[in-house]
Amino acid sequence: MSTTLNINVKHVTRIEGHGNIVVNAKDGTIEKIQWQVPEAPRFFEAMVRGRSYEDIQIIVSRICGICSISHSLVATKAVEDAMGIEVSEQTDLIRLLLHYSEQLQSHVLHIGYLAVPDFFGATSVVPLVPVATDAVKTIIRAHRVANAWSDLIGGRTTHPVTIKPGGFSAIPTAQQFKELKDNLTEVMTDLGTIAEVVFSVADKVPQFERDTEYVSLQNPDRYSFYNGDIVSSDGHTAAVSDWQNVANEYVVEQSTAKWAKWHRDSYAVGALARFNNNADQLTDDAKAIAAKFGMEKGCCNPYMNTIAQLVESVHIVQTSIQIIDQLLTKGLTVEKVKTKPKAGKGNAAIEAPRGILFHQYEFDAKGNCVAADLCIPTNQNHANIQKDFEKLVPEIMDEGEDAVRQKLEMLVRAYDPCVSCSTHMLDVKFVR
Amino acid sequence: MTKPRIAIFDFACCEGCQLQIVNLEEDILSLLAVADVVEWREAISDQSDEYDIAIIEGSITRPEDETRLKDIREKAKVLIAMGACATMGGVNKLKNNFDLNEVKECVYADDAEMPHLNTAMTKAVDEVVTVDFKIHGCPMDKAEFAYIVRSLLLGKTPEIPEYPVCVECKAKGNPCLWEDEQLCLGPVIRAGCGARCPSSGFRCFGCRGYVDNPNVDAAKEVVDKYGLDIEDLKTKMVLFGSTQEPTV
Repeated sequence: MSTTLNINVKHVTRIEGHGNIVVNAKDGTIEKIQWQVPEAPRFFEAMVRGRSYEDIQIIVSRICGICSISHSLVATKAVEDAMGIEVSEQTDLIRLLLHYSEQLQSHVLHIGYLAVPDFFGATSVVPLVPVATDAVKTIIRAHRVANAWSDLIGGRTTHPVTIKPGGFSAIPTAQQFKELKDNLTEVMTDLGTIAEVVFSVADKVPQFERDTEYVSLQNPDRYSFYNGDIVSSDGHTAAVSDWQNVANEYVVEQSTAKWAKWHRDSYAVGALARFNNNADQLTDDAKAIAAKFGMEKGCCNPYMNTIAQLVESVHIVQTSIQIIDQLLTKGLTVEKVKTKPKAGKGNAAIEAPRGILFHQYEFDAKGNCVAADLCIPTNQNHANIQKDFEKLVPEIMDEGEDAVRQKLEMLVRAYDPCVSCSTHMLDVKFVR
Repeated sequence: MTKPRIAIFDFACCEGCQLQIVNLEEDILSLLAVADVVEWREAISDQSDEYDIAIIEGSITRPEDETRLKDIREKAKVLIAMGACATMGGVNKLKNNFDLNEVKECVYADDAEMPHLNTAMTKAVDEVVTVDFKIHGCPMDKAEFAYIVRSLLLGKTPEIPEYPVCVECKAKGNPCLWEDEQLCLGPVIRAGCGARCPSSGFRCFGCRGYVDNPNVDAAKEVVDKYGLDIEDLKTKMVLFGSTQEPTV
């Protein structure tokens, strides 16, 4: 072979945060393949020290604009774990609804604005407006409903303010929940339309497989985004409190974000990981979408993560409609939440849109934070992206530089990385 | 008439303000009708070195980022700082409360000396280059963003509120959160957000920064009335770009 590649993509576009792709090959010999993360680190774990347990979620939500609700929720759960604060069933259900709103917002954003333009050969969603007006408007509408949903429960679309240790500072009225249910019923139709649009270009999803360990939460009661144990597709289980022995984070020179590994050189988290571990628990309509795209448990094509997000979107909206019914049938109670600080250490895990997210905090008797350790989904995916690159490039290098670059960029986008998250969240104690 | 060219750049931040532009939903199509967005890494793949309006998100935390920002300033006719990280350093300034070497060790332990993990004191955009307009908030309000950009495209100067959050909160008829024992910063923080947080039962924590000439005497009166002192208020102010005395 005489293939020579010289790919140097600085700051991959249409992803959250800054990442570079470097591939050098000379006369068919690969000299370098790297997924690099040059994002400016922000040191949140150091910055939260000295802050009150009541302010933690306000600070750490700023780790990420797209998954601010996940960060607020997991931080609040960790604070509650540290201080032995219990919440009501109603609070758990409304938190779950708020969490689902972010999943839908993030998934629709990724599918519609970031990933799918590649399948149409477009540089963004903008050139698609005149040629696929109805499809774009449907995506915008679903995104708008998801945002209004976050706003209704969280008090803001981004960086919620109603979540606090012990419960909510305010909850929507029964009438507002009814209106939300009506909007979600319409979104089910929109998701069907979006699925058709994606299906029409499904042949553009690159065919690539690499046997991978997939890690996610698992809960016997429901397809879990919110609680449960840590499981791996390799058959391992761990308690949330033992998450540091799952992530095993370490520092590499090509990245300001740490990398992670459990039983192999790398593992993957996110929608595809959740699907591979928990697909049996999806709603029937969500399973039907998966079947339409020929997707089954054990899928090892990372490009299918985008399709898994579509499947999850259907599941989320259907489940949310059921939860609203459950809340309204029982009747809403306005809870007055007052908590007292206590010394302690707590852990929590949640499934952010991009995968499993861990927070740990330790507090003194006044409730001021003395130490924090946080591990972000995209951190856990960086090593896996690198390993995918190393298998993919030799397979496709004869297709030429442009095609290789395009497929590598699409691969990075398929993981829906949240790079500013991953560099802002690095741990204190790690295993090398 | 050629359309004004807008470029959007991000530095150290959560990219939540860019997300508010996406969250304009259908209205973003109206913006695209009157302006050319020539660079916006998070949403489009096109890139350009030629633009009229540069919108900067994020705070400045490394020397190489200062160089990049100065380069953008030279090319742009108008430079806008978007969101609390850009307008006042934002939550990233919490880092300045600590010794920076200690901060690096806290997060990276034995690897703290690796050169790519270097960091400097966090700066707001106007601590590095001249800023023509500021869009306040964490995140910024999408309607205010649309208003400011629309004003600039029409050649008008946007008007930003110069009164505190309490004004908007009272107008909404909200019960005062101080009565609920919450240290709300409404008396000294710039309005324009519609008092969103207090309206959801959560205290104002100052994401829009101080109002011009804050009425400190009035704030002291409020603090006195509830048996606290101004130091208690300061512990809540430090979250967003306030003075950066050590807190631990």
